[in-house]
Amino acid sequence: MTSLPPRARRKLGLVIDLDTCVGCHACAVACKEWNDGGAFGPLPDADPYGAEPNGVWFNRVHSYEVAGMGNGEWGIGRSQAQSTAPCSSTISDSPFPIPASPQTVHFPRSCLHCETPACVTVCPTGASYKRAEDGIVLVDEDKCIGCQLCAWACPYGAREFSARRGVMQKCTLCVDRIYNETLDEADRQPACVMACPTRARHFGDLGDADSDVSKLVAERDGYALMPELGYAPVNRYLPPRPRRDGTTAAKAPAAEPIDTVQMSPLLRWVDRVLSR
Amino acid sequence: MRPSFSIIFFTVMSGAGYGLWMIVGVALALFWPEVSPGKGLTLMRYPGLYLYGLAAGFVLVSSGLVSSLWHLGKPARAWRAFSQWRSSWLSREGVAALFTFIPAIGIAVIVAHDAWVMRTVGNEFVIGGTFWFSTTAFSILGMLLAVGSMLTVFCTGNIYACLKPVRAWHNRYVVAGYLLLGIYSGGLLAWALCSLPNGHMRGMRWLLAGIAVAALAGALLKHFYWRFIDREPDATTGDATGLKSLGVVRSFEQPHTEENYLTHEMGFRIARKHSRKLRRIALVAGFLVPAVLALLALFVPGSWRAGAWIALVPGMAGIFVERWLFFAEARHTVMLYYGAR
Repeated sequence: MTSLPPRARRKLGLVIDLDTCVGCHACAVACKEWNDGGAFGPLPDADPYGAEPNGVWFNRVHSYEVAGMGNGEWGIGRSQAQSTAPCSSTISDSPFPIPASPQTVHFPRSCLHCETPACVTVCPTGASYKRAEDGIVLVDEDKCIGCQLCAWACPYGAREFSARRGVMQKCTLCVDRIYNETLDEADRQPACVMACPTRARHFGDLGDADSDVSKLVAERDGYALMPELGYAPVNRYLPPRPRRDGTTAAKAPAAEPIDTVQMSPLLRWVDRVLSR
Repeated sequence: MRPSFSIIFFTVMSGAGYGLWMIVGVALALFWPEVSPGKGLTLMRYPGLYLYGLAAGFVLVSSGLVSSLWHLGKPARAWRAFSQWRSSWLSREGVAALFTFIPAIGIAVIVAHDAWVMRTVGNEFVIGGTFWFSTTAFSILGMLLAVGSMLTVFCTGNIYACLKPVRAWHNRYVVAGYLLLGIYSGGLLAWALCSLPNGHMRGMRWLLAGIAVAALAGALLKHFYWRFIDREPDATTGDATGLKSLGVVRSFEQPHTEENYLTHEMGFRIARKHSRKLRRIALVAGFLVPAVLALLALFVPGSWRAGAWIALVPGMAGIFVERWLFFAEARHTVMLYYGAR
């Protein structure tokens, strides 16, 4: 059924730390690797070793340059964001100072498992559905007719059409891992979370205020992407912490003056040799 | 958005077909066909438009629907699309399209039956009300045909209008545009069909006046629609990533070196370069030329027959250009992540 289930108490999702993500694409590769052989695979590529490889990936890692606001003072972002409401960003209330110098932010993008996903309601066949028990949004690949309307309906680009298979594919939150009793309990996490070398990805129940991920979101002012569109994403992003902006950075030690006249001839000679 | 030919063909052709069916249905229900009494029968004179209209509408609607199947990854499963009418406009469109075939086939059956009976009555080409229900049945079926046709086009428009990530589609001009252009292109077709042998229709003046009004209304609607989509969209990469309050966000490295499905499907850019010229072509060919010809036909007696086909060709060409622009000019929110503005 493409009608949405009543709002579930459990909201499984990811929390992605933009502060520690280094943009290594390990999450994307691990995801592709698992899901190519998992219950929702394969994820075949067209022209995989040719000039223009093209295929479905559930994870895409963007890299952005964020220009600083200029002077590193507190509250500048806040006033600017408020003046451009209602499209203002959700981290406008961030207590962090605005960085003065540009910084790099790596930005992994995947399905946010929205609470009111339009990709599900536009589906004419019932292939797209949101699970009532944990809120995971899935595609039944045996029912999908490949009309691609769901990809048009998603502003986050979570869905990609497999030209090779003729159906729509998307992140499953590794539903075939997280409940998989043949795996060790520690491994029952999405492949992207397991692979991340900097622990920038966290998996858990965002509907439970006492869960580790919910506490992390509360502590770090985690935000949702484009909440103004009304799809109520479950995944949260943790904003980058303030970087050293050059004024507070530790200075390189200045060269100490040496009085060579007072030195012994041997040391004077060593100094001359080493100074070349 | 990438303008895929199958969808443009589908929306233009089935839009015109449903517009034509709407006009045939209304004409059947309101402008009760010219009748002459026969031997205990009521005979419909000059049934041409109804026959042609039903047949042409059937061809257009069906070819449009078939062409829309080409867009699917798994066309053989298309029947599943009738199931989710509770939530999906695409499913509702399928159900409405299926429903509209019922009155169309009903009218065709009655017409065929009457034609069969009438062979024995006289040598005049007539189709008559041989059944007690014919006059009433034609009215009811005509109304159902008109309502079903408009419902289907209404659903088509809403498929696009409900997509919030596409600003050029998620606005109030879209459904109105689909309905108006459907009726308008159906009117151009009805006019052309009336000029065929035996294609006479009562209320021809109404049809011509309607075409002129619809053409002007269509041109105005498109003008305001284009003005709306030209206004600078307020969202940036900073909004999409939520990083706006840290400064201006610029994409410096894409997630992939080659095109992927998203950038191929939603990153279409060519149209914006030529959009001014194409808009002018759509306005002049699609609306102004047919409007002038329709007005000419109204006030210069005898010119309506010649003007019909001269109006139809540029009119349909203009609507094709309009529909191509509708897709090609639309920007999708997801492209903000790829650094689009």
